Amino acid sequence: MRPFLLLAGLFLAGAAAAEDKPVLTVYAPDYFGSEWGPGPGIEAGFEAICGCDLAFRTGDVLPRLLLEGDNTRADVAIGLNTDVTLRAREAGIFAPHGQDTAGLSLPVDWADETFLPFNWSYAAFVYDRTRLAAPPESFADLLEAEDLSIVIQDPRSSISGLALLLWVEAVYGEEAGRAWERLAPKVLTVTQDWSTSYGLFTEGEADMVLSFTTSPAYHIVAEEDDTKAAAIFEDGHYLFVELAAKVAGTDQPELADLFMDYVLSREFQAMIPTTNWSYPARLDEADWPQAFRDLPRPGAALFFSEEEAEALRRPAVESWRRAFSR
Amino acid sequence: MTAGRVAAGCVFAVVLAPLAAVIWRAGGLSGFGAAEWAAIRFTVVQAAVSAVLSVAAAIPLARALARREFPGRGVLVTLLGAPFLLPVIVAILGLLAVFGQAGLLGRGLGLLGVEAPRIYGFHGVVLAHVFFNLPLAVRLLLQGWLAIPGERFRLAASLGFGPSDVMRHLEWPMLRDVVPGLLAVIFLICTTSFAVALTLGGGPAATTVELAIYQAFRFDFDPGKAALLSIGQLILTGLAALAAARIAIPANFGDGLDRTARRWDATALWLRAQDALLIGAGGLFLLLPLGAITAQGLAAFARLPDAVWAAAARSLVVALVSAGLAIGLALALAVAASRKSRSPGFELAGTVGVAVSPLVLGTGLYLLLLPVADPVALALPVTALANALMSLPFAFRALLPAARAAERDYGRLADSLGMGGWARLRRLTLPRLRRPLGFAAGLAAALSMGDLGVIALFADPEFATLPLQVYRLMAAYRMEEAAAAALLLLGLTLALFWAFDRGGRGHATV
Amino acid sequence: MLRFDGVEVRQGDFVMRADLALTPDAVTAVIGPSGSGKSTLLATAAGFVTPERGEVRIGGEPVTRLAPADRPVSIVFQDGNLFPHLDIATNLALGRDPGGRVAAYRDEIETALARVGLEGLGSRRPGELSGGQQSRAALARAFLRHRPVVLLDEPFAALGPALRREMLALTAEIFADATVLIVTHAPEDARAIAAETIFVDGGVARSPAPTAALLDDPPPSLRAYL
Repeated sequence: MRPFLLLAGLFLAGAAAAEDKPVLTVYAPDYFGSEWGPGPGIEAGFEAICGCDLAFRTGDVLPRLLLEGDNTRADVAIGLNTDVTLRAREAGIFAPHGQDTAGLSLPVDWADETFLPFNWSYAAFVYDRTRLAAPPESFADLLEAEDLSIVIQDPRSSISGLALLLWVEAVYGEEAGRAWERLAPKVLTVTQDWSTSYGLFTEGEADMVLSFTTSPAYHIVAEEDDTKAAAIFEDGHYLFVELAAKVAGTDQPELADLFMDYVLSREFQAMIPTTNWSYPARLDEADWPQAFRDLPRPGAALFFSEEEAEALRRPAVESWRRAFSR
Repeated sequence: MTAGRVAAGCVFAVVLAPLAAVIWRAGGLSGFGAAEWAAIRFTVVQAAVSAVLSVAAAIPLARALARREFPGRGVLVTLLGAPFLLPVIVAILGLLAVFGQAGLLGRGLGLLGVEAPRIYGFHGVVLAHVFFNLPLAVRLLLQGWLAIPGERFRLAASLGFGPSDVMRHLEWPMLRDVVPGLLAVIFLICTTSFAVALTLGGGPAATTVELAIYQAFRFDFDPGKAALLSIGQLILTGLAALAAARIAIPANFGDGLDRTARRWDATALWLRAQDALLIGAGGLFLLLPLGAITAQGLAAFARLPDAVWAAAARSLVVALVSAGLAIGLALALAVAASRKSRSPGFELAGTVGVAVSPLVLGTGLYLLLLPVADPVALALPVTALANALMSLPFAFRALLPAARAAERDYGRLADSLGMGGWARLRRLTLPRLRRPLGFAAGLAAALSMGDLGVIALFADPEFATLPLQVYRLMAAYRMEEAAAAALLLLGLTLALFWAFDRGGRGHATV
Repeated sequence: MLRFDGVEVRQGDFVMRADLALTPDAVTAVIGPSGSGKSTLLATAAGFVTPERGEVRIGGEPVTRLAPADRPVSIVFQDGNLFPHLDIATNLALGRDPGGRVAAYRDEIETALARVGLEGLGSRRPGELSGGQQSRAALARAFLRHRPVVLLDEPFAALGPALRREMLALTAEIFADATVLIVTHAPEDARAIAAETIFVDGGVARSPAPTAALLDDPPPSLRAYL
């Protein structure tokens, strides 16, 4: 019997959570909910105050919510991104978060009533100081650099890949297609997701990888390795904001509201830097880990509203695709 | 008979119901644009090139192995089977460690002052597919070579045949029989490739249909387009599968490879040198990446987190359940197909799995389960089912020749004794199919170990499988531990295959 | 006992016709050139081939629609009579019970093995027996089935002359109470075992005729074959 129970424990999700406590179901991206992301800390912290059971469901958050429609089991979604939220808003999936956004420490003003930022960073190319002595200091430098190889993510499948696409749009506007044509020969490969790109970079496959300005913090904090750095471009960097939202059809509205409070709490915010490797959205800079305070930051934040992003997405993807098909 | 019908019915239901669910949810199919047609074209072209190159490279290698005897030959032939079984993510890491910019080859050439050619792009995809499928081709061709009776070579020697005469009169007719089926099989495998194209493709020009399906779901949220692409893929692979079924598929890849026929025509020194070179080069091409994976994974192996070991246990159980399902279905279909001279229905049921898009399958099953149960709670059973469906074609192909042989040799005897149902299965089918059953079970279990096609949509952080943990470690910047987890995945996959294949061989009589 | 009433079997272009009856409880031989339809005649009686016209009767009952195992017949093939992966005792047990439970028929199996001179060899596998011993085991299983009709399709073709004579004698002895139909390509086998012989030629099975008379004064087509 014991081996059987053990097996059942390995296999049947939720079997152990059959207590009387209410369950708050939170949809999150894989990296967020995994053993090595912020998920476990958040789960423990929230469960300590809510008298409930917090259950993460990881995977593609928005496609899953759109697929499920009214049948969704989600109460809260976390890990969404500004560039794709318009469809969710139009589908009427989410309810107002009810939080005061005045105290947020974002580089842009934020007054959205549905999507609540919890952390942010900038898209950036990360390089290894020991292998690249003179990194490009602007997009123009990058386009002109010879002998430089980079790995990027596919904007059709990766949120960071889309951020780069919008970054190039923000810098080059009408000329973005031309810029991509000059960038394409330097692109070693385009990967499906961020992890594969970053893995190729750490294996030494490419000189630079599309990632975030906060990525070097991981190496500094967790590996005591300061050889990785983000190349800061004088054009400014595209802002990457991650969001949480309350599902309109939730059957746990009070718990969902409580979770929204928790997202902006000091405890939650303090966990973010060294688990999700981003800047917290509401925490005084003085309370950031030293490594984050020391990280160089871009002079300007480039950012499109969700309407602008959605309008740009298709034509930008198409000209990107054409640049690579030559 | 009825078991075969039930199995075929189950297979078709599991393939078509999810597709229907996706179309229903999408409210119809949406049209193709230039990008979709480009994906279809790329898929067909790269699959065709990969198949031709795999077979072209396999012919001289199999020929060399067939006519040479040397210490370690058995081990080499066994290890050559490994790449086909490798989880894709692991294989790509290994390939890059050898052929990547910072790989062995790149650094070696760098020392000579030569810049290594980039692996990324069309040729990278083809290289990876050759890496996966060359071993399969070598094993099947070796089988063909060993099926040429030794007496023929004796006769050839008595008539003073040289190597080219032997090629013309003995080897060419065998190749003519074996090669078309082989090409079709490898073409099929390459059409559904996903992860290979995505990493090594070098850019959006290398978009396969499966990748386009992924993008349609994930970014455009256009299930109608995904469904249409999936139907296109089904038709494409269905046609190739039917063509493959018309051509004799080489029997039983797996047994009797540990012998050579005595040859008199290939004793010249330069021929020996040529074969040694071929075997050496082929061995290095296939085994170096395995060595690289091992070397990279060892560093962090000792500090693999518990969560990885738990995931490994979970993946093992999923693989076993999946292998059981695949074998059950394959056996029912193979037995049913073996009792008729032509049986397109059973053949199609046995082959269709290769054409199924894991993503559409997963999404469809998710939609179907949603109203009745919590799909996430059923993530692992669903994974086992989907993996079983994906490995069914290989299991079916492995069992069919033996099932036909058993039916041909003992079918009438069993009929005359009234052995039907369970008695026939226990007393005739299972014992006669023991070796291919072990082989097929090993294959199914190994393929299931590495797959994460459907789990992405269902995943629950507490119930991850091992390949998913590899990705999660990578997503958390933990590349060393990811490499160690990949090594664990490699070891378990090969161990599973070896154990089943061994079990099939043990106590084999006659 | 075994009758073919206006039977007509069609296999592609080939047609085999038979309208004849066997003498009960006796051995009848079937001879004829290769491809003449000898084995088809036997397969029709056994139920592996279904005639297009006519009726096969055993003991007066029509059996044409019955599956092979449901007919009151035992059959011994030219080869492949024993499952190589099962021991001899299990192979014999299968004659009584398709599940092959040896324990239930232990005594009968021992008796049958003794009857054909294979005492104590029940635990061997077919591969461990000589060709002659394998034939004996096949006969033992047919014996064990106690069916009124026994069909033998060139069962000893692979054996040498002396061994073959021995086997024919054994066959005659153990199936003395059954109606036996034996296909052979050797006329001397027919002489040795069968009082009557059916000559099959060009797809037509002729009525049984006394063996000695038939072979001593053959019709022209049989003369050509001999």
